[in-house]
Amino acid sequence: MNFELTSEQAMLKESVERMIAEQYGQDVRRQALAMPAGWSEKSWRQFAELGLLGIGYPEEDGGFGGTGIDTMIVMEAFGRGAVVEPYLGSVILAGSILRHARFAGREGIIKGLVAGEKLPAFASEEQSARYRLDHVQTRAARSAARWQLDGRKVNVTAGDTADVLFLTARIHGAPTSRDGLAIFSVSPDLPGVTVEPYTGTDGTRLAAINLAGVTVGADALIAEGSEAWKLIELAHDEAIAALCAEAVGLMEAFINATVEHLKGRQQFGGPLARFQALQHRAAEMYVAKEQSRSMAIYAAVMMAESDRDARRRAISSAKVQIAKSIRFVGQQAVQLAGGIGVTDEYIVGQLFKRSSVVERQFGDADHHLALIDALQENRSYHVSA
Amino acid sequence: MDLSYSPEELSFREEVRAFIRENLPESIKAKAGKAAFYSAEDVRTWQRILNDRGWAASHWPKEYGGAGWNAVQRYIFLEELLQAPAPEPLSFNINMVGPVIYTFGTQEQKDHFLPKIRSLDYWFCQGFSEPDAGSDLASLRTSAVRDGDHYVINGQKIWTSTAHDANWMFCLVRTNPQAAKKQEGISFILIDMTTPGITVRPIITIDGAHHTNEVFFDNVRVPVSNLVGEENRGWDYAKFLLGNERTGIARVGLSKGRIARARMLAEKLPGENGTLADDPFFRRHCTELEIELKALEITALRIIDGQRRRNDGKPDPASSILKLRGAETQQATAELVADVVGPLGFANVQDGQSPWQDLPELELSTIVGAMPNHFLARAATIYGGASEVQKNIIAKAILGL
Repeated sequence: MNFELTSEQAMLKESVERMIAEQYGQDVRRQALAMPAGWSEKSWRQFAELGLLGIGYPEEDGGFGGTGIDTMIVMEAFGRGAVVEPYLGSVILAGSILRHARFAGREGIIKGLVAGEKLPAFASEEQSARYRLDHVQTRAARSAARWQLDGRKVNVTAGDTADVLFLTARIHGAPTSRDGLAIFSVSPDLPGVTVEPYTGTDGTRLAAINLAGVTVGADALIAEGSEAWKLIELAHDEAIAALCAEAVGLMEAFINATVEHLKGRQQFGGPLARFQALQHRAAEMYVAKEQSRSMAIYAAVMMAESDRDARRRAISSAKVQIAKSIRFVGQQAVQLAGGIGVTDEYIVGQLFKRSSVVERQFGDADHHLALIDALQENRSYHVSA
Repeated sequence: MDLSYSPEELSFREEVRAFIRENLPESIKAKAGKAAFYSAEDVRTWQRILNDRGWAASHWPKEYGGAGWNAVQRYIFLEELLQAPAPEPLSFNINMVGPVIYTFGTQEQKDHFLPKIRSLDYWFCQGFSEPDAGSDLASLRTSAVRDGDHYVINGQKIWTSTAHDANWMFCLVRTNPQAAKKQEGISFILIDMTTPGITVRPIITIDGAHHTNEVFFDNVRVPVSNLVGEENRGWDYAKFLLGNERTGIARVGLSKGRIARARMLAEKLPGENGTLADDPFFRRHCTELEIELKALEITALRIIDGQRRRNDGKPDPASSILKLRGAETQQATAELVADVVGPLGFANVQDGQSPWQDLPELELSTIVGAMPNHFLARAATIYGGASEVQKNIIAKAILGL
């Protein structure tokens, strides 16, 4: 048992936190959101220069190695700065396919991604699926050595800027059967692919992707059947673990803003900080944040767990904790800020928009409680007496 | 980072488990699920077994009879006791007065008291709270007036748990009523409970049991040699005492054991469809508590790890999280068991036969212990620094409000 960071991890933490504190202020964030892509290429190049885009990719593939802990360090700092660049969707979620699947052209994409020159996206969600990853209606039909893809994917991070699209499609079976699933790699330039960008409620850029008679070669099929399902699940577990760390960073930012406000705001002849009701609320926010940090660490560590059920249980447990905590912390931060908390200008409002998405992204607390319950097939509990 | 126990830590845990399995007397084992029913004799018997193994005062320095374990081993040991469940070594002796004596006491005091504290020949109770000094402990008024080689003590203590089992008390008394700050006139003194002038009056708590008391002092003469440390420095010693070994206060193992028993019992009891264990709402409730406990356990380990690395012996204000959430979780899990037991919890069977027939011992003990444990668990957010006090600590010491 040991919670210490390695010296490399401590250096990573120091450098990414410094970058966020010194170069990712609110103005930079706002300008990024106003750019055509909805995020800043300049910031992305900074991430590349710091080596952040190669974290988690094996060194033999041109990455920089590292574990879930390294990703946790980066995502927590990104949470603190409410970073809008598509790191989670691209480097982590789509990147998971690059890290774990084997297919032609993979090495080239990784090299380009690490250098900040290529941007993958993973289109795994559909409008009628809610949080179910196996609810896939996009069809893949085989004809000779080619595949034809038809359907529509939604909420794709970097969907309009990506140059490599991974997507889930169904080769056969009913909408939620898992053995008929497949993952394809598709170029967004192909005839029949149309991308509809939209702005997310947290201000970041998302896209819907329409596939109408899109024809791809046999080499576009990355995985099918149980192998595809394994990759889909793993990619989302990696993304959830990273999201948990982002949530901890967001909660830090909420609490810092709250403490600053309570100390500075003068009412009834003194600072708000002298009221015990408000002190206690802030203390509860802190406790919720620290409990979440414990679960974010747990999630990061459990990504190395080889037993699928144990990993799944840990990741869903972490998401339940994080969803509940960030709901409480975010709502209380708005409450304690008072009127300014519901303005678009103040940082707390910006954080709240992101935290309300984080709470639900990749499944809310109810969804993950149901997943945990489904894992407990064998409900026999050992009791020592 | 590595959250799993190392092979050494795992084999240590196995050693502790095996020792408990082989040495915990059957009569104490039978009380699993109704820990509130441990008798003084149970606690004494078990602590002496641990003491013979060198494990009664595990976190003390080795020269005073400690086990020489690191923080993780101490945590594992306590959690294994709680999960078994087996009585913990008496906290007043081991976590509270012992460390004060070996840190601030004279050589004579160390030689005389420490072995008897470990073996429970001396059972200490804590004379801190008074009717007008609860969370505001520094306003205590029980007075100690010097008279030759004695202090003459007058006043009243309250919430003195186990005073009726104890033969000694460590007590905060006011030795200088004129001190500029109320914290500065307090001394820390050891009192033989058989001294004339002491009256112990029971307070029966809502679980129907006698855990705690009022203690009255009427011209009680205590030798000056029983003063620990310097006169009027008692507040410092009390703060040291309260900050010592706080990492075990989350009592994760106790709560884990309760959830396991609740789930076990739920498989035997009917639900709306099948057993109660088939009820998704029940299972969800259990899972939510398990997640909270997992977070709490990792938070406790993080705090232990931080202390181990700082190695300055100073209490970490973040331990307040453990007291706060630990107490809430103890209450929630006690409630869970009471919920599962349902109407079988309505019979008060503390001293008599239960009306329930044909139940195995483990189920029966869980059933009859459910409501008393739930009642007593309400005290968890009050004693040892109420939840509101813990929030004050977090707000001031951590957030700077």
